[in-house]
Amino acid sequence: MKAIDERPVGIADNPRPGRFKKHHMEDFAGRSYTTICAILLIVIILSIVYFVASKGLATFFRDGVSFSEFLFGSKWDPDGNHGEPQFGVMPFIFGSFATSILAAVIASPLSICASLFMTEIVPGWGKKLLQPVIELLAGIPSVVYGFVGLTVIVPALRDMFPGQGIGIAAGSIVLSVMILPTITSIGTDALSSLPRGLKESSYALGATRWQTIYRVILPTVLPSILTGVVLGMARAFGEALAVQMVIGNAPHIPRSLFESASTLTSVITLDMGNTVMGTPHSNALWSMALALMFMTFIFVVIVRLLERRNRI
Amino acid sequence: MQQTSTTFRTENLSVFYGTYEAVKNISLNFPDKSVTALIGPSGCGKSTFLRSLNRMNDEISQAVIKGKIWIGGEDINDPSTDVIQLRQKIGMVWQKPNPFYKSIYENIAFGPKYHGVKNKKELDQIVESSLRKAALWDEVKDRLKQSALSLSGGQQQRLCIARALSVNPGILLLDEPASALDPVSTSKVEELIVELKKELSIVIVTHNMQQAARISDYTAYFYLGTLMEHNDTEIIFTNPANAMTQEYISGRFG
Repeated sequence: MKAIDERPVGIADNPRPGRFKKHHMEDFAGRSYTTICAILLIVIILSIVYFVASKGLATFFRDGVSFSEFLFGSKWDPDGNHGEPQFGVMPFIFGSFATSILAAVIASPLSICASLFMTEIVPGWGKKLLQPVIELLAGIPSVVYGFVGLTVIVPALRDMFPGQGIGIAAGSIVLSVMILPTITSIGTDALSSLPRGLKESSYALGATRWQTIYRVILPTVLPSILTGVVLGMARAFGEALAVQMVIGNAPHIPRSLFESASTLTSVITLDMGNTVMGTPHSNALWSMALALMFMTFIFVVIVRLLERRNRI
Repeated sequence: MQQTSTTFRTENLSVFYGTYEAVKNISLNFPDKSVTALIGPSGCGKSTFLRSLNRMNDEISQAVIKGKIWIGGEDINDPSTDVIQLRQKIGMVWQKPNPFYKSIYENIAFGPKYHGVKNKKELDQIVESSLRKAALWDEVKDRLKQSALSLSGGQQQRLCIARALSVNPGILLLDEPASALDPVSTSKVEELIVELKKELSIVIVTHNMQQAARISDYTAYFYLGTLMEHNDTEIIFTNPANAMTQEYISGRFG
C-alpha cells in the first residue's frame, strides 16, 4: 500500500522521459521485422513475374509472333532450319495437359483408396505402414523417378505396346507415382479431421461401413480431395526432369500414347542451353515459361475456389 | 417396476479398454415407454455404457465387452446378431449436433434409403413425420432443400433427433443431447424427450441434475464405472439411499 503511495503508477508514467517505452519499442521492432520480410518476399515474387513477363512478351512485341500463331500453331522450328522460323507451341501445351491429366486420373483413385485405408479401414497398422512409405515417395528426387521410369517403365511399355515405349503414357505413369503423396496426404488430412460424430451417426442409423464411406464420408471430403488432385496436377504440370527423361521430346502432337512427345517444361530444360539470350528462340522459351506461370496461377485459383466451397 | 422392464436390460455388463475396466458389472433395466437418466461425474463410464447399448464400441478396436445386453429376449452381443439391423432399432444422438453435409431432406431420408425405401412419396412422408415428431417441421418445411448446416445449433440437434427417428427405432440413446445448446433450445429438446417417451424408451446421459429430475422416470448414478444407485427419479432426488448420490446431486461432490 505504502509503495503505491510513494510512487503512483499511471498509464502515462514513463521511467525514461522523452523516449518510447520499452515494450512499445519491442512491439515496433517485431512489427518492422516481419513487415520487411513480407515486403521482401513480395518484391522477389513480383520481380520474377516481371522478368519472365518482359522476356516472354518480347516474342510477341519484338519478334512479331502473333498470339494465335504461338498458342495454336503446331509447328515448332524456332531456328528456321526448314525455312521460316515457326513458333507453334500447341504440341507442348497438349503434352503438358495430357500427361498431367492422365497422371491425375491414374493417381487419384489410388491415393483416395490409400487415404481411406489409412483412416477408415485399418487406422492402426495401415497408417503406421503406409504413412512412412508415402512420405518416402514424396522425398525421392525427380531425377531418380525419371531414371527408374527410363529403365523400367519405358522398356515394359515397349514390349507391351507398339512403339518405342517413350511418350505420354510413360510420362504419365512416372508423374502419377510422383503426385501420389500429394493427393494421399491431403486426402488423409481431410479424412482424419472429419468430426467423429458424422461417421457414428451414419453407423447408428444402421449403415454399413462401405455405405458410410460412400454416402457420408466421401461426399463430405470431396472438395478437399479435389484440392489435392488439383495440387497434384499442378505439380505434374510443372515437373520437368523426370518427364523429359521418358517422354521422347519430339516436337509434335503424338498420334498415340506411346509415341514420342514433349511438354512445355521438357522443351524449356532441353533447349535453354542451346539458345542465345535475346534471340527469338530464347524469347519463345520465356513465353512458354510465362504460359506455365499463368497455368500455375489458374491452378491456385481453382484450389481457392474449392476451399471456399469446402467451408460451406 | 412394470412387467415390460425385462425387454431391454443389461446383465453384468462390463466394458474394458485394453486392461482398463471402464464399466464394471452393471445390471440395469430400461422399462418401456420411459426415460432413464444416467448421471455421474465425468469419466464415470456412463457414456461408454451408453455406447455399448447399440454396439457403437465395435468401432473402438481395444474395447472388449463382457456380460449381456438383452433386447426382447435377444443378446445383442451374440455373434448371430446383425449389428446393422440392431442399430436400426436403436437410435442415437450425440452431444454435438452432427448433421450430414447434405440438405435437411437428405439428412432425414438418408437412413430410410439405406433400408430400402425408394418410393419418393413414402420418403416424403417419413421426412415429414420424423420432422414433426422432432417438432422441427414448422420451422423447416419451406426450406427442406437447404443445407442442414444453415440451421441453428438447437435446430441441428432436433434434426439429428429426427434423423434418428427416421428409421423407427424402439429405443433412443441420448448422450448429453442438450449440453451444447442454449436454454431455449434445451427446453425444446426436453419437451421433445417427454413427448417421445410415449412411443419409445429413452436412455439419456446428462450432467444437468435439473434436467435429469425434470424429464426422467428413473435415474442411475454411476461412479468410477460402478452403478452406485438406481431407482425412481423422485426417490433418487428426494431420498437417495447412498450418501454419495446425495452429495453428487446436491452439487457437493463431483
